[in-house]
Amino acid sequence: MTSQKFESFQLTNGLRVVVQTMSGLQSAAMTLMVPAGAVYDQRGKSGTAAILSEMFPRGAAAMSARELSSAMDNLGLQRSVSGGLSYITFSTATTADRITDAVPLIASMVLNPHLTDQQFGPARELVHQALNAMEDEPKQQLGHFLRRCSYPAPWGNPAEGTMADLPGISLDDIQQHYNKFVTPQDAVVGVAGNISAAELQPVIEEAFAAWQPGESFTPAIGRVEDSPKHIEHDSAQTHIGIAWDTVPYRHERYFEAWAAVSLLSGGMSSRLFTEVREKRGLCYAVSASINTQRDRARVFGYAGTTNERAQETLDVMVAEIRRLHEDITNEELQRCKARAKSALIMQQESTMSRSSSLARDTLHLGRVRELEEIRTKIDSLTVDQVRDFVVDYAPSSMVLVTIGPEALDPACVSAPAAVV
Amino acid sequence: MQFHQHVLPNGLQIVAEMNSSVHSVAAGFFVRTGSRDETEDVSGVSHFLEHMAFKGNGKFAADDVNRIFDEVGANYNASTGEEVTMYYAAVLPEYLDTTMELLSVLMQPSLSQSDFDMEKNVILEEIGMYDDHPSFTAYDNIMAAHFSGHPLGQSILGTNESITALSAEQMRVYHADRYKAGNITLAVAGNTDFDSLLALIEKHCGSLPAGACDRPLPEVKPVDCIKLVHRESSVQQHIMQMGIAPKGSETLRFAAELLAVVVGDDSSSRLFWDLVDPGYVESADLGYNDYDGAGTWMTYLSCMPDDVEKNIARMHKVFDDVNQGGITAEELEQAKNKVASRVVLRGERPMGRLSSLGGNWVYRKEYNSIADDLAIVRGLSLKDVAELLEKYPLKFNTTVGVGPREKLEL
Repeated sequence: MTSQKFESFQLTNGLRVVVQTMSGLQSAAMTLMVPAGAVYDQRGKSGTAAILSEMFPRGAAAMSARELSSAMDNLGLQRSVSGGLSYITFSTATTADRITDAVPLIASMVLNPHLTDQQFGPARELVHQALNAMEDEPKQQLGHFLRRCSYPAPWGNPAEGTMADLPGISLDDIQQHYNKFVTPQDAVVGVAGNISAAELQPVIEEAFAAWQPGESFTPAIGRVEDSPKHIEHDSAQTHIGIAWDTVPYRHERYFEAWAAVSLLSGGMSSRLFTEVREKRGLCYAVSASINTQRDRARVFGYAGTTNERAQETLDVMVAEIRRLHEDITNEELQRCKARAKSALIMQQESTMSRSSSLARDTLHLGRVRELEEIRTKIDSLTVDQVRDFVVDYAPSSMVLVTIGPEALDPACVSAPAAVV
Repeated sequence: MQFHQHVLPNGLQIVAEMNSSVHSVAAGFFVRTGSRDETEDVSGVSHFLEHMAFKGNGKFAADDVNRIFDEVGANYNASTGEEVTMYYAAVLPEYLDTTMELLSVLMQPSLSQSDFDMEKNVILEEIGMYDDHPSFTAYDNIMAAHFSGHPLGQSILGTNESITALSAEQMRVYHADRYKAGNITLAVAGNTDFDSLLALIEKHCGSLPAGACDRPLPEVKPVDCIKLVHRESSVQQHIMQMGIAPKGSETLRFAAELLAVVVGDDSSSRLFWDLVDPGYVESADLGYNDYDGAGTWMTYLSCMPDDVEKNIARMHKVFDDVNQGGITAEELEQAKNKVASRVVLRGERPMGRLSSLGGNWVYRKEYNSIADDLAIVRGLSLKDVAELLEKYPLKFNTTVGVGPREKLEL
């Protein structure tokens, strides 16, 4: 694996910046993550962070929305602002020779957005429209309920907001959310591409210098919604979501957790794909993946299947999860390792993917995990370690959410695990 | 980057772009076959066959194919469209030999009855899955309506009925007809050298059966029509419209790509400012699609059911303005910058180069490097856009709606 060059620096207002120089490429990407996501929405005002995220591109400082957008287009800047659960993320990329010109525009969007009545109405309407669209996509809706039944509020809250709360959110709520949470002291910038930290540092310092630090907040933890849950929907398929506990990215056993899920669902030779789709033809889409927050994580399993076969699909999935500790072979684990290592190396071909990893690592771990370190951790995993993890974290019961014409029998998810 | 081109004695076309500064290499078979090459009684067979390719041959069973691809850490998959079925894998260079062997297995699978019977269930599930996506339902319906009587109107997935009725023998006949070396292009992009690559290709692909096949290219004659798929439970109304645009062989297609960015990109386009930014719609865009002997303008709109007429009127006001007044020099310049940046970012990954490399060869026997693509974008002028609009104005023949509305007043 090629060696990597990271440099990091911190502004006096607390903003942390990590830069990886990737000299073989022509582009550069910048990811800014600000801990101002939906978990900070006030109770009864779910959707505040989502509306705020819609408002950022709508004008900054002296520039109107169109002027800001034109200036960014002139730099060929690809960009998006997404309101997530924990963070609002600004993702941008362009050719490497233009990234330093783009930084002041990005900073202006973050530091001086137009939080005005004129922009608020349309932004709220767009969030409303997005929630409507979700109602028409049962798989998306499933994800929403699966999170609610998996994590305590506000960590299970929908990042998209709720239809019920939307009318009660005012411009004042948006401004308060912005003033309180869009602050630099817990925010991180990751930059990857054909650019050095020496070139970037003065530009970033100047652009973000006026950003005033504020307080740090930790939301109070509430309750988890009950499951099993079924949502009746006039859909062609029954959409099945199951979830169980695992360890988050920063946990010392994370790579064991990752390997366990890879055995289940990493690639087309994995157990779920083989047993549910290849051998029985029960569905087209079946998967399991780790959904990690900073302090908690779950494995989320999914299958979409026609109604007559939904019960069998659920039963087979759960049986595979319960017997995951059985017959793990070294060959099986080697395949997971090979896929992970090749993905790691290929990640170095994309500045966008690297810049978001730099920012996420810094927020989750307080540092960047170098690819070489990840490779060593993956390489050193043994079958015994992974089996022990599966036994230690065997789900005694699972969250079950289904969307479709008919509810399923949930008995299989609550049966105690018979793990030896 | 270095371009190489070669044809095997059996007729297999090979195009390769070597780049020693990347970490991986991507290879893909572009088979010139898809739903438009099917007859009605085998509707959906191209896509079903794409699934069956992964079931292996006499040497490698289905389990082996998936297992070995995973063993070499491949990022692999396949896709089926109206005109091309594509099979690809991106791997680290040291695994290219194994990967080429497996990819070649996909071209000549056994197509056994038992695999066919099992996979049929998966295909029916996939049809069910797409049924739950309103935009896909709209797409399938608008293609059928706009290309009514033309082979491009045939559904990629087929229907529950056509798939249920399909036999393994029908699939074998279709496969023997379409998967001939002369109907296939192998594209390779990334970090390897051409001489050793060619040796691997000769070893693994030399035995593909020779031969080629025809594809009729009848003229598209859309009839103006509106079709509504009623879904009472749908919250939003989804509307697609389609009109005639440059064919895949016309140079006006470059201007069409750029005009679609100016008018209907998902950010800072005319539709964005007039419909999305004010919050009137959840989504509104314009796309350009090119095919063998055909091309389409396609719009997509989703909004609250009661607002459909108002929003379609807003959309058409945008189109009328463009048809009459063209676009501005500033808009053209911004779109060029946007597209150029996308070309560079996409081109950094071998997988990103693969589709452009293979697609250009299948359709036009052309090679365009990233620099060529950038030069084409930079060279487009307002005059090109005016010529495009003169010949292919933003006019729409076909409208399809999915959602609660039972009637539309357009």
